[in-house]
Amino acid sequence: MSDASKPAKKDADGEVRRIKAPVKLDYTVTAGLALSRFLKGVTAGKLLGQRCGVCSKVYVPPRGGCPTCGVGMGEQVEVKDTGTLTTFCIVNVPFEGQTMKLPYVYGLIALDGADNALHHLILAPPEEVRMGMRLRAEWVPPESRPASMEAIRWFVPTGEPDAPWDSYKEHL
Amino acid sequence: MSPREIAIVSYASLLAVPGEPQRDEVELLLPVVTEAVARSGIPKRELGFTVSGSCDYLGGRPFSFVMALDAIGAWPPIAESHVEMDGAFALYEAWVRLQCGDVDSALVYAFGRSTQGDLGRVLAQQLDPYTLSPLWPDDTALAALQARALLDRGRVSERDFAAVAARTRGGDADELVQRPYTVAPLRAHDRGTVADGAAAVVLAAGDLARKVCKRPAWIRGIDHRIEQHQLGQRDLTRSVSTALAGERAGVGKGPVDVAELYAPYTHQELILREALGLGEGVEVNPSGGALAAHPLMVAGLSRFGEAAERIIDGSANRAVAHATSGPCLQQNLVAVLEAAP
Amino acid sequence: MAATDALTAPYVLEYTYRRSVGPVLGRFLTGLRAGRIEGSRSAAGKVQVPPSEHDPDTGAPTTEFVEVGLAGVVTTWSWATAPRPGQPLAQPFAWALIKLDGADSALLHAVDAGAPEKMKTGMRVKVRWQAERTGAITDIACFEPEAP
Ligand SMILES: [Zn+2]
Repeated sequence: MSDASKPAKKDADGEVRRIKAPVKLDYTVTAGLALSRFLKGVTAGKLLGQRCGVCSKVYVPPRGGCPTCGVGMGEQVEVKDTGTLTTFCIVNVPFEGQTMKLPYVYGLIALDGADNALHHLILAPPEEVRMGMRLRAEWVPPESRPASMEAIRWFVPTGEPDAPWDSYKEHL
Repeated sequence: MSPREIAIVSYASLLAVPGEPQRDEVELLLPVVTEAVARSGIPKRELGFTVSGSCDYLGGRPFSFVMALDAIGAWPPIAESHVEMDGAFALYEAWVRLQCGDVDSALVYAFGRSTQGDLGRVLAQQLDPYTLSPLWPDDTALAALQARALLDRGRVSERDFAAVAARTRGGDADELVQRPYTVAPLRAHDRGTVADGAAAVVLAAGDLARKVCKRPAWIRGIDHRIEQHQLGQRDLTRSVSTALAGERAGVGKGPVDVAELYAPYTHQELILREALGLGEGVEVNPSGGALAAHPLMVAGLSRFGEAAERIIDGSANRAVAHATSGPCLQQNLVAVLEAAP
Repeated sequence: MAATDALTAPYVLEYTYRRSVGPVLGRFLTGLRAGRIEGSRSAAGKVQVPPSEHDPDTGAPTTEFVEVGLAGVVTTWSWATAPRPGQPLAQPFAWALIKLDGADSALLHAVDAGAPEKMKTGMRVKVRWQAERTGAITDIACFEPEAP
């Protein structure tokens, strides 16, 4: 039976006003060369970026091209799993697939050695979270690390003093 | 007011047959854009307008054209546009944009990953969602209805379809026509080889085109026409929109050396030839066309690029470029390219 | 840099769209649910099935509807040797454009003919309804040859 042959919506006078028109398409997607190197790295507990040969910026994860220069990325660079919270939000709305208890913090982290910021979950009381906060990755144990950002469970505060504004103002 | 003189001054493409399992969209596109821009001789920062054609359903990545901009380097911010269509229709937008007269050059690019999903199901999504998509007809099923109608009209045979396949993708027509049907009356060789790819073209106006290119491929006429969507409301054996677009583009105003026609199916090449009035002397799809490699969203822009190359390299003086979109040649874009200034 | 074999992953794109059908298609689909097929009549007197929301010649909104026959003529057809998920029939069948009696345009649907030898342009076919109808194009299960 066809996907669309589910009951249609009727209104009071019985005229068909709406139909269900579900779309389901299956793909096999490739992560691409640059992202695949990065994802293989995270399963080994490493964060691998690439440096643009033109502007010298290091992108983590690396991309197919430098978004400002429009050239292929060059040298591979390993960056630290510590960094600075550049901005964040506090999530109060539930949605499907959520793994954290509400409210929780989602933020952008400029890893030490990288020139862009990475998205991840922040495990800290929302009222204590602030821009410039120093964070470190909490890795999933090696034997259960997937080739995805879920290899890092979340970022947690290191307890170091906050980073100065000038050190991350370019990463907002 | 006569339109401004606009020419194709460079072209580059990358066709991955039967697919590209490694590189992502940006990795496919970047070398192609880089090559087309380098060949144009116009510094990338000086290009006045950028426009692309792609379709998110192909790769299953919503808003993939936004990510694809990594291949361009959109900084400082550029003037950019996108069509959810083949790149040839982006070229048409660029041509219209250049008519405004305030910019003299444009980069047009296209990318398509047709092999990541099931193309037959993906293309069912371009159909009317109330009366057609719920039946999930695949592209071959619909093209085969058109092929049958053409056979019923009596002037061509399945052997003629096979001859188109043999010419563009190799093989022996007499042997091909013995093979089993996929969706009768079509066989595997009647449908273009599904592929991934990217293509890029640089357009330049007037003096800039003359400065950067020895033999620019001047766009002498260009026109786009569309017909009804419902197949049962059209005469599938004729492409009225192609004939009209061809007439308005001026195809018949002079001899045609070469034509690059976007025919995803063998029988559609026959319909297009008739609609454009291309006689036996016209070389059709020397590149192999969409039958040899069919990356959706790229194949149309490739036809424009391939036709332009023949002008630029001096092997043709007058060429026709064609692109189509929609089921069974629903819409058609035709351009005449000439070496003569 | 060493060559990397790219990672791949299965990915499913799924949208649970509901669509408003508007008054013209609403009338057509309401008709199907009741076991009736209605087309639109243009100013020039042409009957379109499925109905056009606007007159194909003048662009005027469609206001006139005509009930057409539940049988008609195959204007062209193709043979699906290997039906795909979601298509009207699971066994090999014909796709066809069918001009219903009283209509001037043809409708796309499936014909359950059993074998391609049973199909012919110009043959007559009739509607086979779904047992349970909901107001969708799939209320027509398929067509079948009028003369077995
Ligand atoms: Zn750069």
